[in-house]
Amino acid sequence: MSAVCFTALSALSCATPPVQAQGGEPQYFAIRGAKVVPVSGPPMENATIVVSRGLITALGKDVAIPPEAWVVEGKGLTVYPGLIDSFTDVGLPTAPPASGEGGPRRPQEGAHGPEDRPYSTPWRSGADEASLSDKRIETWRSGGFTTVVSSPKGGIFQGQAAVLNLAGERAGDLVVKSPVAIPVTFQTSGGFGGGFPSSIMGTLAYIHQVWLDTEWSVKAQATYEKNPRSVARPRYDRTEAALAEALEDHALILIPANNSIQLRRALELVDRWSVKGATYAIYGGQMGYEVASEIAAKKLPVLVNLKWPEAEKDADPEDKPSLRMLRFRDRAPSSPAALAKAGVKFAFYSGGITAPKDILKAVKKSIDVGLAPDTALRALTLSAAEIFGVSDRLGSVENGKIANLVVTDGDLFEEKTKIKMVFVDGRRFEIREPEKPKEPPKGDITGKWKLSYSTPDGGPEESTADLTMEKDGTISGTITSHRGTASIISGYLSVDKFSFTINIPIEGSPADVIFSGTFDGTSLKGTIRVQDFSLEFTGVKPTNATRAAAAYGGAR
Amino acid sequence: MKGSTGFFIHAKDLRFRNLLFFLCLPLAASAAPPDAPSVIVIRNATILTVSHGNIEHGSILIKDGKIAEVGQSVSAPKDAQVIDAAGQFVIPGIIDCHSHIAAESINEGSVSVSSMVNMAEILNPEDIDIYRDLAGGVTSANILHGSANAIGGQTLVIKLRWGQPAAKLPFEGALPGIKFALGENPKRSNFSVPGQPRRYPATRMGVEETIRGAFSEARDYKKAWDEYNKRIGAGEKNLIAPRHDLRLEPLVEVLEGKRYVHSHCYREDEILMLLRVAKEFGFRVRTFQHVLEGYKVADELAAAGVGASTFSDWWAYKVEAYDAIPYNAALMTQRGVIVSINSDDAEEATHLNQEAAKSMKYGGLSHDEALKMVTLNPAMQLGIDKRVGTIDVGKDADLAIYNRDPLSAYAVVQKTLIDGRIYFDLQRDIAERAEREKEKKALIDKFKKAAEKKPEEKKPDAASQKPGEKKPEEKKPEVKKPEEKPKPPQSGGTDAGSAVTLGGAL
Repeated sequence: MSAVCFTALSALSCATPPVQAQGGEPQYFAIRGAKVVPVSGPPMENATIVVSRGLITALGKDVAIPPEAWVVEGKGLTVYPGLIDSFTDVGLPTAPPASGEGGPRRPQEGAHGPEDRPYSTPWRSGADEASLSDKRIETWRSGGFTTVVSSPKGGIFQGQAAVLNLAGERAGDLVVKSPVAIPVTFQTSGGFGGGFPSSIMGTLAYIHQVWLDTEWSVKAQATYEKNPRSVARPRYDRTEAALAEALEDHALILIPANNSIQLRRALELVDRWSVKGATYAIYGGQMGYEVASEIAAKKLPVLVNLKWPEAEKDADPEDKPSLRMLRFRDRAPSSPAALAKAGVKFAFYSGGITAPKDILKAVKKSIDVGLAPDTALRALTLSAAEIFGVSDRLGSVENGKIANLVVTDGDLFEEKTKIKMVFVDGRRFEIREPEKPKEPPKGDITGKWKLSYSTPDGGPEESTADLTMEKDGTISGTITSHRGTASIISGYLSVDKFSFTINIPIEGSPADVIFSGTFDGTSLKGTIRVQDFSLEFTGVKPTNATRAAAAYGGAR
Repeated sequence: MKGSTGFFIHAKDLRFRNLLFFLCLPLAASAAPPDAPSVIVIRNATILTVSHGNIEHGSILIKDGKIAEVGQSVSAPKDAQVIDAAGQFVIPGIIDCHSHIAAESINEGSVSVSSMVNMAEILNPEDIDIYRDLAGGVTSANILHGSANAIGGQTLVIKLRWGQPAAKLPFEGALPGIKFALGENPKRSNFSVPGQPRRYPATRMGVEETIRGAFSEARDYKKAWDEYNKRIGAGEKNLIAPRHDLRLEPLVEVLEGKRYVHSHCYREDEILMLLRVAKEFGFRVRTFQHVLEGYKVADELAAAGVGASTFSDWWAYKVEAYDAIPYNAALMTQRGVIVSINSDDAEEATHLNQEAAKSMKYGGLSHDEALKMVTLNPAMQLGIDKRVGTIDVGKDADLAIYNRDPLSAYAVVQKTLIDGRIYFDLQRDIAERAEREKEKKALIDKFKKAAEKKPEEKKPDAASQKPGEKKPEEKKPEVKKPEEKPKPPQSGGTDAGSAVTLGGAL
């Protein structure tokens, strides 16, 4: 008992190395005895996965666990490859870059024609603009998405998409591959003095012209370089240069197409453009149920938008939807199954869904109307990796692949299933459903608290709890001892009862440390529990608040 | 979109039907194209051939989409599908020489020369107006770009093959066109937005200069390519090819006679202006559209061999349309101009038969001449008269069957056939309505049930948004635009037959 106590406390108060509960651990793990769904092969029961320095280094039933690995007991858990959101801007700051960085996205003055390159910033790059400051990184990761294909948004040629992993210490850690795609949209100026193009046909004509110009410039530049003394120098154009370079990197051209008209038009555009050396994919795809065989004939991959069409909440009740629209709403979720049946390679993207939990729910809708769960899982993992040319490193649980893993307590598509942890590049993230307070909080626990307790060998210890409380009583924050800081994964204040939890490694395995007790408005009193062991603690706010109040009172 | 609130939009020039399309997909009456039996025979009909008179109690044999026999009796095989048209009238399918249906956008009005855009690329086969026009006996339509600019976009002729994908709509082999526009619309006299810079040109002089400038560029462009090809042919190396210019390439096609010019116009002076410019650059104008003052220059039009496609009796909706008269079509016809009556409007297209009939009242044209205005004449103007426009052996089986003389105001289309397929059938339409309503209700109930089941899942987000598309609230609210030409009061049930006798009196 005392040994456990001692270990627990040393972990809490003087853990080595500095603990950042999530993502700050050493990079050696073994998940032992779990069910593994590799996607690239059949599921394995009671298997062990070894993760070292970001890669999967061993996988199988009788795998030796290296001594340095931290062991996660996998009994009752299922391990999947990390999920991939195939087209989004998660990981990129939502605000447009400062002017001069990305260039104007909308021409100051309306464009007078294609030569003014309206709404075009193809030089912008998801890799360059990736930023850890995007809060959605954590949201998406907590939902099982370890990887996104992200592109700057806005414009006809909005920029280049990159494959990003959703964890890292610096923004550059996120980038897996760049560029992987050149998304286009059919944006218009909307007319009324907005300049060219004001119609979708204008946008199409513009895009045709840009591809022609890009090919021309590659040839012209090459001819010039060979004969600078006899050939007039071709004009430099940033749009042409950026697109030519991205195409050389085998970036996929992504064409928007959701309904059957747009899908068929996209198929024709591929022929019409026939950009040298280019490959294409469609994004949207929700009316794929009508056009699947035609898409299959062209061998085009499809990124399916999971934001299924539904009635607008505040729709005019007089505005009766057409039968065609009703059919679309009804059948859209059947598109993935239709695409699968026709042999179209497809992946999924969140398409405006803001909660990752809803992304999986949307996939479940497709499964409910005939999509095989295996195919659905593949679309979320390996198929996506294949479409974007990163299946050599991502998309399945295989020896040598990047250790992007989702660990659940059941089938991924079951509603009750919880995601327990996620590995991104071998970094472990515990996923907690935040505990919700049962009743509204009494008072506000927000602030810096000094926690005092005695270690089992009698020595007094102190930690700092920096707490932030939401209106509903949800608590977040950090606990800092003199050796390190851990984030609160879950916490609440219900009336005057508080509870918050951190997760730290104890004897090589992660364990919860739960602080719970009573908050009387000025002080905390309660228990710290780790595994089977517990001890008492008290907490007070440093007196400067009291002093400030006194000073104020005196001044009066 | 700024500054657009409350802005008066003219339908003919700024059609944003595409927005409506994105907001709500139109009702598709039937998704699958109708089956086409290889042999059909229409019996007991009054056949108005247009080319060789009328046949009472006649029959038409259709084989593989073509008219195989026409006459009092035909040699139909036993297994042919029979359409009994006793008491009914069959005419060649109506051809609308000026239409803006089936398109997701109409104008690229941001530039003075928008020849780089192509209506063929943005066809919307689900536009309900296709079906409605079919129900008015229309089988082919000239889908034109709008008149926002002196040189507008590339145009094409389609067949109204409702239920088929966009790729199946174009009229095979029909020469493509390009829209020109003269007068007030391209100089944007009625379309300035306060606070926005005015687009060139602002005068009729500027319109002429814009066309001349564009064709000068096109001529140079052609020359540059010819020279490049010649030098490459001579084995020269290290040449940089001219850039492809999608704006100029269609104009080169016009110069080479590979693309028809359909020019919107009103006044006699601008009509003569374009004829002069065309002569200077060596191209031909295929049709003048609207051409409300055509009667003033009918001889010049006839001499130039230019078709005129006009309205029956729409005018005075703007200053340049004040000098119009209802006798325009008849007068031009009498001077030897090939004249058609067009719709320029999805609703108008549903009764082009009546519009044609008005030329009997105003100008005293014959029944046959009137019917030609919406069949053979537009076919000639569009260069498709070898295929359609009359009921003759070897032509496409594009037919409209009416319950009465089609030039009667009481005539209602019973069936419309294209390539021998029945694309509209009044009885079938009526029969299918209940079923469609039932399906609609079932789906609405299904969604309601699902919503009640899990009310917590209701999301505030707009649903059916397509990628890359603007949010609906950013769009121009889709209001039914006031037509550029206000409709005259409906003349009620005037029978065209009696109008013939009245014609001289008015």
